[in-house]
Amino acid sequence: MKRALPIVVVIVAGTVALMFLGLSTGRSAGTVGVAAGTALPGFSAEASTPEQALNNFLSDIQRRNWDRAFSSIERTSDTLNEQAFVQEWIGWNGGLRSFSSLERFDTRPLHATNSAAQMRVRLHWTTPVGPVENVRDFKLAHRGDSWKVIWDEAPKPNVPAQIVPVNYLRWDLVSGTAGQDWGSHNVDSPNVRIISMNAVDSAEGAVVMGEVVNEDTIPAFVNVNATLVDASGSAIDDESSFDKILHVLLPKQVTPYRIDFPHVSLGKVKNVRMDVKATLVPASSDPVIGVMNQKLETDAQGHSILRGDLLNESGQTVNIPHVIASFYDNNGKVVWVSDGYVEQALLPQSTESFAVEIPQTLAGKVQSFHVVVNQYSLQAS
Amino acid sequence: MSWSINTACRLPSAHATLVSALLLGVAFGASAQESQLRVPSNAVAGQAASIATTGSGSATLYLNGPSISLKRDVQLGQDLDLTGKELLAAGRYIAVICAGSCSSAGFFVAPGKPASLTFVVHPSRAPVGVNDVISGVAFPFDQFHNLVLTRAPVQFQLTPKNSAPTSHNVQSRDGVAWFRTSSGKSAGPLQVSASLNDLSARRVVQQVASDPCNLRIKGQRTAKGILVETEPVRDCSGNPVPDGTIVTFTAKNGHDVSFVDAPVKQDVARATLLASGPVVVSAASGVASGNELRIGGKE
Repeated sequence: MKRALPIVVVIVAGTVALMFLGLSTGRSAGTVGVAAGTALPGFSAEASTPEQALNNFLSDIQRRNWDRAFSSIERTSDTLNEQAFVQEWIGWNGGLRSFSSLERFDTRPLHATNSAAQMRVRLHWTTPVGPVENVRDFKLAHRGDSWKVIWDEAPKPNVPAQIVPVNYLRWDLVSGTAGQDWGSHNVDSPNVRIISMNAVDSAEGAVVMGEVVNEDTIPAFVNVNATLVDASGSAIDDESSFDKILHVLLPKQVTPYRIDFPHVSLGKVKNVRMDVKATLVPASSDPVIGVMNQKLETDAQGHSILRGDLLNESGQTVNIPHVIASFYDNNGKVVWVSDGYVEQALLPQSTESFAVEIPQTLAGKVQSFHVVVNQYSLQAS
Repeated sequence: MSWSINTACRLPSAHATLVSALLLGVAFGASAQESQLRVPSNAVAGQAASIATTGSGSATLYLNGPSISLKRDVQLGQDLDLTGKELLAAGRYIAVICAGSCSSAGFFVAPGKPASLTFVVHPSRAPVGVNDVISGVAFPFDQFHNLVLTRAPVQFQLTPKNSAPTSHNVQSRDGVAWFRTSSGKSAGPLQVSASLNDLSARRVVQQVASDPCNLRIKGQRTAKGILVETEPVRDCSGNPVPDGTIVTFTAKNGHDVSFVDAPVKQDVARATLLASGPVVVSAASGVASGNELRIGGKE
């Protein structure tokens, strides 16, 4: 018994030492220079490196350990309180971020000195509309014996209490009361038309895209389907535009559409059959969302993007704005359609920035673009 | 006397086919025999009729029509009464009587007087100033929903809003009367009616403005940005476009572009564009594009 006790003590001490080493040193797996995030419950030791400080911080964010995450940062603005900090991460007003969770993150050092460092983080979120990634740069500073994340985000300005006069249009559907008399219920479906179509090969497969216009004087609920046909006349695959279209089109409104055929090469396709369906639907012209300050840019990672701001010109909160952009070449032909969800809710009379990516191979061809905004509002659903 | 009435919808299709084949076979087989039946020559749907027989003794009557198959034990030499309910459907009937040998005769039941007028008009919305865009078709039916095939005068009347009505008189042929016409120059409801004797049916075609024409915009810088609005948006005939028609305002400042898709409300589309520098603002709706507006930078 007396001989067993030292052995037990040695085993316990060894285990503790290994745990400490495992949690306090950087991660060795993965790409060189890239640290991967973790959801493992661990101990936030004093951060002796910028990577460790950022990993500790993001792990706390991931575990929603807000008190510790907030206390670990160094604020540049005294107006930032913990509530605003938390809202920055979990969203508010029913925005997409409110329904998302941080699945993992990858950190990459940009540059570092003995006193300051800058890190780039790729945040991988799980959301109801699929995985969403954002890239964010963090500044860190060496304070005393440890590194701290510098939080220089200014809190979002509060929307002042106000009354926004609204006089928007609304269309209701009335089914007639004339019984079942043949010919008495003949309200025609809206007249919509595909005004352009283009099929291209992409890295993920074939893509069919173009634009649809509502030529009628009433709103239409629109969906576009495409069937790929091979040389023998057999259908290879058929898909719909799903969420890559503005479904409710007001009179004379134009929407881009995009239909993806994953793992299908256009080389096998002889023909594409297009089908646009339009149905009568109750609709509202509110909210009006402006797309401001749009610019084609190259981001820090070298990707071509279209960046801009959404302006909610109405008095209704848009919980999940969805941006769909069509890009044209110098002949006015649609060469690409991109879309992206904005993670924060778009408050009345406020702006929110957005960015959608253009494939590098097409960026040089793009001469102009047009953006439409789909909106999902909890009030309306 | 026993009765056995089977309507077509009650009969299984195989059974109905068998009965029809039997009746047709009997009809052809009996054609050379002396006729024992005298069928009605002017039967009308929904009205009673009778079939006269000759001879004596008992026999079996089979009657097959568009919506009826009937078998009945009868006495030869007596008139066989058919009720109005047994002759609801217009069309060709075959009566077969069997007593040892069979004989048959066919007769036609004509539709009754027009009792309803079905009127189909297309489209429900028509842009103004389009040729032959509106069409209407009228079908007269009797009270048992038989299409009335005899010629009948149908009057189509078109009444635009705030205008005198115009009429087209058409004789129905084979149960159909129709017209085709162009839409007018003014937007608004067009009442279209079809009349046959004292029957009438009315539909409404909404004549709507065509594509916007001569879009003109004006704008000014405000504290919030640039407020732009159109002059009243009208089509080339001067009709105001329907509320909700989208006008796309575009502001360009170098490589910066801003768009707003604004709906027309009470003839005017209005939007606020955020831009601080000098901008060129333009507008488009459908196939129409408007003038360009140059607005200087914010002071």
